[in-house]
Amino acid sequence: MPDKPTLAIYWAASCGGCEVALLNLHQNLLNLVARYNLVFCPCLLDVKTETIRALPDNAIDVTLFNGAIRNSENVEMAHLLRRVSRTLVAFGSCAHEGCVPGLSNLHSCSDHFRDNYLDPRFNDNPEGILPLETTPTQWSDLRLPEFHQRVTTLADHVPVDLVLPGCPPESRRILELLVLMQEQPLGVCTEKVVGGSSTVCVECPRTRDGRKVARLHRIHQLIPDEAHCLLEQGVICRGVATREGCGALCPQVNMPCSGCYGAAAGMVDQGAAMVGALAGAMALDPDAAADNGEFIMQMELLLDAVPDYAGQFYTYSLAASLLKGKK
Amino acid sequence: MSRRITIDPVTRLEGHGRIEIFLDDDGNVAEAFFQVPELRGFESFCVGRQAEEMPVLTSRICGICPEAHHLASAKALDQLFGVVPPPAAVKIRELLYMAFFVADHSTHFYALGGADIIVGPDAPVEERSLFGVIRKLGADVGQKIIDCRKRNHQVIKILGGREIHPVAGLPGGWSKRVSRDEQLELAELARRNVEFARFTLKLFHSIVLNDAVWMEQFSSDLYLHRTYSMGTVDDSNHASFYDGMIRVVDPEGDELARYQPSAYAEHIIERVEPWTYLKFPYLKKVGWQGFADGIDSGVYVASPLSRLNAADGMGTPGAQEEYDKFFETLGSGRTVSGRWRPVHHRLATHWARLIELLAAAERMQELADDPEITSAHIRNLPEGPCRQVGIGSLEAPRGTLTHHYETDERGVLTRVNLLVGTTNNHAAMAMSIKRAAQGLIKGGEVSPELLNRVEMAYRLYDPCLSCATHVLGQKPQPRVIIRSCDGSLWQTLGEM
Repeated sequence: MPDKPTLAIYWAASCGGCEVALLNLHQNLLNLVARYNLVFCPCLLDVKTETIRALPDNAIDVTLFNGAIRNSENVEMAHLLRRVSRTLVAFGSCAHEGCVPGLSNLHSCSDHFRDNYLDPRFNDNPEGILPLETTPTQWSDLRLPEFHQRVTTLADHVPVDLVLPGCPPESRRILELLVLMQEQPLGVCTEKVVGGSSTVCVECPRTRDGRKVARLHRIHQLIPDEAHCLLEQGVICRGVATREGCGALCPQVNMPCSGCYGAAAGMVDQGAAMVGALAGAMALDPDAAADNGEFIMQMELLLDAVPDYAGQFYTYSLAASLLKGKK
Repeated sequence: MSRRITIDPVTRLEGHGRIEIFLDDDGNVAEAFFQVPELRGFESFCVGRQAEEMPVLTSRICGICPEAHHLASAKALDQLFGVVPPPAAVKIRELLYMAFFVADHSTHFYALGGADIIVGPDAPVEERSLFGVIRKLGADVGQKIIDCRKRNHQVIKILGGREIHPVAGLPGGWSKRVSRDEQLELAELARRNVEFARFTLKLFHSIVLNDAVWMEQFSSDLYLHRTYSMGTVDDSNHASFYDGMIRVVDPEGDELARYQPSAYAEHIIERVEPWTYLKFPYLKKVGWQGFADGIDSGVYVASPLSRLNAADGMGTPGAQEEYDKFFETLGSGRTVSGRWRPVHHRLATHWARLIELLAAAERMQELADDPEITSAHIRNLPEGPCRQVGIGSLEAPRGTLTHHYETDERGVLTRVNLLVGTTNNHAAMAMSIKRAAQGLIKGGEVSPELLNRVEMAYRLYDPCLSCATHVLGQKPQPRVIIRSCDGSLWQTLGEM
């Protein structure tokens, strides 16, 4: 038993889907715990944080850290797990680039805070009570983490050795990585982001013929052809700007890729790449002069069809994007 | 000097939480706090998004129950865009949902809260887990557990495109047709689910019903609360998971209300306290009397136990048989109207969950055998203008889930209200933790095993704190759940 490498899986601001992806190794989960000694995983084990705090530096061989950084407790856990881990993996889209909760960076918190607590349709709150930051008690204060104004990523706080992208990462990818790491610890992954080097399009069985689209459709407005490229049918499929690795799951059930593996290798910004791809699909020339009437008309049509650009193009990657969200 | 006991984090559940227990000079529990130090903010950041994206966005509220959010969202969108899905699409949605229910309830019993029952609450830490459960029950049973999770996630992938965070739900239907070959496979997998559910119930009977110590625990006051019970029912008042009317019965078993899910805001309102971030829903008609049991307190529960209490029976034969056995064993007879009186011993939630496991498996089999699910007609497109309001509801494994969306004329969200399964039970969970801590910790004697029994008080609800922490606030936002010794709110906490 002492020869087995140790493994920890922790969640910061997350949904638990990354833990379920691990559970969904099914039979291989048992093979995994035969290879690794699982030492910390609040979802599955009763090991408490104090046990981890007591560990010496680098005591855990591999830590899969999922979830975004939303509060001071997340930061504290990121530093703790960095200290005790030889290899720290940003595990899943939230730790990698903020994922869907990163969209909250488009909002100032205070506007909606009022809606949540004061809307008399849903709340019994005639005195307009709002939560307080501290809760003194007659015994001692109850301490709670400081809630950050913005969602940040694991790499914004501590050095990250590897990134396993996806919301969640495909179960087989988790196993591949952990087997590889056990057999050849560290230094084996030449790329920091573990995943394919191209886009979801290379994995997608749909056919393309290079046709240009006259207008874009929102997915509830059209029943797409089941065999042809969704983007070429005017559906905003984000596979063209998204890292390969999932197997193009969503397009195979007639839904567009929503981009959960993040920007493809070599793309700096997923949303910017998506805008470029759309311009190409729509026969727009981004270099065309602004006084080109046709260009402007088509851009306006495009804008009409997509009321929420930021949400569409940065569904998972806003917190790590060049845009970052509203100041 | 008072002593402070901290359980951090709470474990074998979904999401973040911490329990703080303060002991008085005699070493007895003076106060207990259940803190949830996390929030992520879906209600706020979904504003501005295109409504049709919500089934994909809101599934990220929870990776354990994304199917519940995905489908509640699709149902809300049906209403929002004024489009009725074809019958085949409704059946495919429900079929996926039943597979999910089987997977989710099995996961709770074998990997999360149920592990306390299978390996025992006082087992060593390393045994109180899925892995300990498999060691205890043997490799053959372990294989059955793994196969159950595997085949149901396979169903979710076949129908919804992905094992986790499925994507096929749309306003007006479903994006993926079911082939004849797939139907044959689904029917076979459903049959195996029924077998597995029966096996699991038999296992539960052998561990609990045949054991005097467990039966004493199941009927003791330690985990007892007499509250209102909520659940979704069909036209015959049988328990229903995907669709129906919301029914609430009082602690004696008499009906308080039966309403369309879209009328939820007429019946449920949420209380705000200055010392907590998470709100406390309660029954408007009854009113808020603090953290108290009884017919005068608006505290209600939405859980497997409450769904059995609120229904007149189950919709399938095997589950009905087990339902009767449940009330005959633990109940206290029938009301004048002939309904079983509610069971209020909260540990019985574990048994109720397994009865639902069988109900879901049997319902899945009915749907998988239905020739209509292979219809090519699985979507209707919205025709008229966007209605700008849509409310969708179903029974998540952890309680009644409601998605309420409001949009502009383009279908861009302007207001989102989510009442999730776990939040319904917020007051009740806080009461249960306090009661268990008070009953177990005496004279300052504390052990890890005893604290695990305190944790069992919330685990039986199968809470999903990621779901409950979907709200977004400003600045540091404490989420504290606090109960005082007599069950009323504690008065000395912070001033504005």
